[in-house]
Amino acid sequence: MSVVPDTTTKVTFTDNNTKFNTAGVQYIINPYDEMSLTRALELTEAQGGTVTVIHVGLADSEPSVRKALAIGAHEAVRINAEASDATLVAKEIANWAADKEFDLILTGRESIDYNGGMTGGLLAAHLGLPFVNVVSKLDINGGEATAVRDIDGGKETVQVMLPFVASAQKDLTEPRIPNMRGIMAARSKPLTVVDPGGASAKGQHQSYEMPPAKGAVQLIEPDNAAELISILHNEAKVI
Amino acid sequence: MPHFPNKEEKIHRSAKQDLFQAPDFYAIDDLLSEEHKLIRDSVRDWVKKDVSPIIEDCAQRNIFPRHIIKGMADAGAFGPQLPAEYGCGGLDYIAYGLIMQEIERGDSGMRSTASVQGSLVMYPIYKFGSEEQRKKYLPKLASGEMMGCFGLTEPDHGSNPAGMVTHFKDMGDHYLLNGAKMWISNAPFADIAVVWAKNEEGKVRGLIVERGMEGFTTPETHNKWSLRASATGELVFDNVRVPKENLLPGVEGLKGPLTCLNSARYGISWGVIGAAMDCYDSAVRYSKERHQFGRPIGGFQLQQKKLAEMLTEITKAQLLCWRLGHLMNEGKATPAQISLAKRNNVDMALHIAREARQMHGGMGITGEYPLMRHMMNLESVITYEGTHDIHLLILGMEITGENAFV
Ligand SMILES: Cc1cc2nc3c(=O)[nH]c(=O)nc-3n(C[C@H](O)[C@H](O)[C@H](O)COP(=O)(O)OP(=O)(O)OC[C@H]3O[C@@H](n4cnc5c(N)ncnc54)[C@H](O)[C@@H]3O)c2cc1C
Repeated sequence: MSVVPDTTTKVTFTDNNTKFNTAGVQYIINPYDEMSLTRALELTEAQGGTVTVIHVGLADSEPSVRKALAIGAHEAVRINAEASDATLVAKEIANWAADKEFDLILTGRESIDYNGGMTGGLLAAHLGLPFVNVVSKLDINGGEATAVRDIDGGKETVQVMLPFVASAQKDLTEPRIPNMRGIMAARSKPLTVVDPGGASAKGQHQSYEMPPAKGAVQLIEPDNAAELISILHNEAKVI
Repeated sequence: MPHFPNKEEKIHRSAKQDLFQAPDFYAIDDLLSEEHKLIRDSVRDWVKKDVSPIIEDCAQRNIFPRHIIKGMADAGAFGPQLPAEYGCGGLDYIAYGLIMQEIERGDSGMRSTASVQGSLVMYPIYKFGSEEQRKKYLPKLASGEMMGCFGLTEPDHGSNPAGMVTHFKDMGDHYLLNGAKMWISNAPFADIAVVWAKNEEGKVRGLIVERGMEGFTTPETHNKWSLRASATGELVFDNVRVPKENLLPGVEGLKGPLTCLNSARYGISWGVIGAAMDCYDSAVRYSKERHQFGRPIGGFQLQQKKLAEMLTEITKAQLLCWRLGHLMNEGKATPAQISLAKRNNVDMALHIAREARQMHGGMGITGEYPLMRHMMNLESVITYEGTHDIHLLILGMEITGENAFV
């Protein structure tokens, strides 16, 4: 589970555009991971089992990990390393999870901060497990799962044996909001901090730049096609 | 008959997304614990998901959305400040305030339902009730399985509850209750009523009256222009036989209802910040979107003055409540301090609702925006739980030692 800037954050940079400015930024659970978590809870509620949240990050992201426990995860593990890129995160999770014998590992299809979309695939490769990417529906029946995944222009239904890794797409389920009982229960659920296994990042951020500002929008009444043509011809000079 | 939606009458769900963002100009979030913020944000998310899309339709058509009671209970809105052993939240008064703020950000009527349940029904049962009464009622009230109302005001006795005429007689094996209460929130659907009435010696006592007791009816009050998504009604007692075990043993005199009102008024001081923030948030957004004379209306000094003053007042109210919450937690808050907060903050919110409504021009009077609804709701909030003037008299008496009520 990754922790990302809130979707309403005003993105700015510091240090000559080489660092993301974290001042005043609110952090949230990555929305795709929230869906993974909720689906995992639904599956265990129906069929038994427990849900462990794994987060690679520093102590300042603990409120979000605690929220995951309030939503319903049974326990949480924070691997105490800065989540500087997907190679590091995937390797750290793989190191920790290798001997835990999970039936299913769910990630988000991507984190909405850098949108790399690599962690799930790398993790599956490290663990030698099958990987089903961009899953919008997931059901488990005994030792086998049926997953529907989004592909270009359509959907693909795949069957896969447990254990495997899958990444969540937005329709997987509706994320849950913590309720009071969950928040109270989260107080006493285990949140274990483990030392990182020493994985290193493969990439480095060189610089950032903002997308060019959007131009002004001019609204034209639907029945006024003549004006539209005149503007496109005389002002925009595109026709 | 109370007006509750049945299958034929579906509540319309608006597709408009609730984009609310709370102002926190003085970084007051830094004064809250992580758990406070989690509670606040969870209630906010729930309001966005389940309250905002339906509230306008409910208010327009005068429907109490009964189906969201369960969601409110899950969010912790019913007696969060009472102990967990009775199925309540066991949280502090800051958490309680934040929950009220977020629910009233959705609608004052919804917050009224929560205030009545938590502070006016559950609180007296907890504080003045017997252990049997606590065990019998509190868990069901906390989960919303049972709903309650609070009967103090009478047709001829509002600001002066000491004059109440509702009374009961000891009949040996039961009490016989007669009289009527008016303006009672939740009355039309409540399962129980905490009723304040005089005994034969003229002392005010609390009784738990249950729906279904013979002679007890709850006619709904119609044609309100305010709190239209909340159900208000009367409580009529015509020779109602109330079992003796339904008397609240722990209190005698007006101190009973007034203690409950303190707790509810505290919640209102926070709640109305929610309504004010919603109006402010809408006004900020509208001031950027709406263009006149070739520029956004937010570029005009007169509109900026309104926004600047709104933010100033909201920030002051937030700090006031935060401090009052700590006094409540320490058991040190006085009734006069609570009066100051209720009076100041409701007035602040009403003023902001009116200014924000004007900033939206003609659009401000429609149900497209929440302004008019908040504004009309707040006219009740400035009246109930002690009117604006009555709180001023309480403060005046605190300052001078002179009673100017009578
Ligand atoms: C929507 C709604 C919901 C309510 N819910 C409940 C509820 O759940 N339970 C409950 O018990 N009550 C409830 N109330 C009642 C509410 O508490 C009373 O309306 C309020 O206390 C005022 O009483 P009143 O309406 O009789 O006004 P009055 O007391 O008649 O007051 C009329 C005016 O005279 C002023 N006034 C009164 N006395 C003085 C004085 N000594 N000096 C100067 N001015 C004075 C008042 O400030 C007011 O402006 C509700 C009211 C509303 C509108």
